[in-house]
Amino acid sequence: MEEIVALREGYSRIRKTRAAFIGGLLVLLVILIGVAVTLGSAGFTVGESYLAILAGLFPGTFTAPEMADVIVWDYRLHRVLFAVAAGFGLAVAGAVMQGILRNPLASPFTLGISSAAATGASVAIVLGAGFVGGEYLIIANAFLFALLASVAIYGMARYRGVSSETMILAGIALMYLFSAVTSLLQYVGTAEELQAVVFWMFGSVGKSTWPKLGIVTLVLACTIPYLVYRAWDLNALAEGDEVAAGLGVPVERSMMVFMMVASLLTAVIICFTGTIGFVGLVAPHITRMAIGGDYRTLIPASGLVGAVLLLAADSVGRSILAPQVLPVGIVTAFLGVPFFIYLFMHRRNA
Amino acid sequence: MALLSVEDLSFAYRDREILSRISFPVDAGEVLGLVGPNGCGKTTLIRCVDGMLTPKSGRVLLHGQDLRGMHRREVARAMAYVPQSTGNRTASTVFETVLMGRRPYLNWTVSPADEEKVVEALDLLDLGGLAFRKVGELSGGERQRVMIARALVQETGVVLLDEPTSNLDVRHQMAVMEVLSGLAEERGLAVVIALHDLNLAATYCRRLLVLAKGSIYGHGTPEEVLTPEMLGSVYGIEAVVKRDLPAPYVVPVRPGQLQEGV
Repeated sequence: MEEIVALREGYSRIRKTRAAFIGGLLVLLVILIGVAVTLGSAGFTVGESYLAILAGLFPGTFTAPEMADVIVWDYRLHRVLFAVAAGFGLAVAGAVMQGILRNPLASPFTLGISSAAATGASVAIVLGAGFVGGEYLIIANAFLFALLASVAIYGMARYRGVSSETMILAGIALMYLFSAVTSLLQYVGTAEELQAVVFWMFGSVGKSTWPKLGIVTLVLACTIPYLVYRAWDLNALAEGDEVAAGLGVPVERSMMVFMMVASLLTAVIICFTGTIGFVGLVAPHITRMAIGGDYRTLIPASGLVGAVLLLAADSVGRSILAPQVLPVGIVTAFLGVPFFIYLFMHRRNA
Repeated sequence: MALLSVEDLSFAYRDREILSRISFPVDAGEVLGLVGPNGCGKTTLIRCVDGMLTPKSGRVLLHGQDLRGMHRREVARAMAYVPQSTGNRTASTVFETVLMGRRPYLNWTVSPADEEKVVEALDLLDLGGLAFRKVGELSGGERQRVMIARALVQETGVVLLDEPTSNLDVRHQMAVMEVLSGLAEERGLAVVIALHDLNLAATYCRRLLVLAKGSIYGHGTPEEVLTPEMLGSVYGIEAVVKRDLPAPYVVPVRPGQLQEGV
């Protein structure tokens, strides 16, 4: 009897830890948003930033200091929120891929989706060719190539029999193929084109706008609830195909659906930002170390960790060499890698 | 009516036939041991029975109903499957891994009744003390007991196990087999276990099914099935079968030693 009570208390403690972790991250994120909005040549305090944000949301109730609302709402807030949305989405995509492929190295980057997007962008930049012309040429190309890569992985997996090995091998093969195509385009491109390609690949949230943020938010709003809803299937798949099938999960169909959802999430983000590789790999690992692997909480918590990581990295990138802005793709790796190595070295010893 | 019955089941990878015309029933309360040398098709048979592989011909009936007409979730409520031990390295705790066995019943939240079933299974398999350790940190044997606990909380009438005792020491082998045969009796489960250890199989299984090269070589009680002739022709070994113990006991001997009268 005592043991039963102890076990149930233990599980309820796990649940409380998870709720606290998510709550803590939310608070951290809100503070970070306030701080990030203050960064820039026109300096406000954190209080003034919040006031400007609130003034925009509730015009009658709050009044912002002069210029603050314009600068915050027209220049800074969408960039900050875009970093949040991008970090959230990439982290969730990574968490899903690591689960269904049962491989800690799986992420949008390692599966060739990011490098396909880079190839799409390069084709647009160097050859000026693409599916959609004009202003959106680069974005549309990056998006479509990223989806093309995931369809190719899908096709190969269908042909060979869906398994995590097939998908990982297909993804890695594609990554090399697309990298080679991008290199070739860089080789034949002019100096300016080469520079544009390289800058695209750094990954940055500097080109964000409200409409772009809207699109990403819409995709997040459609996919995240679906993934959380199917969390038990993700839990089962993470244990292995046979286990999942034994628990009543339609394995092949589910793997394909999850793969496509994760790819869509990735594609819609990186087509606006360029390659941001590290968040999708690391945020889910950090979250698992902190609160374990139940996808019901792993998905939202990984997303929040990703959002905090990417926003923190972008804020550092904007301030460390101000007024020069370092691309967030570079800063994430510089900040995230030591942190990540510290975490898993520390855990090994424990 | 048998809880599980396999009828004339054949399976082939492309044109290579792996299983040919296998038929057997398993009644409620019965533990059936599936024995045979490596590569004889035990795992393939279990995977066909679970519906993970599609047989070339023949059918599997669960409570008299053809498996092919059933939804996967329905199957998961009627039949649990414990695969051969894998190097599971997930970050989940033992408690949560066992809880996953409730997946065929869960909507999204976990009810107190679900938790109770998990606690009960943990207790049965002596896992209470490990409940909040990560599965990846456990020993092979502990992990195997976790997988069995997960199958038990699925609350199915049929349980299939592929080599569930291969990583266990003799005490835990016996403990697991005691739990399984006890449950079969108490709850009227039909249990099918692929086993390598013939003596363990003889001790705990009511009947044994001997597979050799994808066909049934013999099917009956351990006393009927475990003979020096069977061991010679199926395994290619010389052996003595001792019959003065509660269950027949197979003692393999080195080639030639029997003739020398040792």
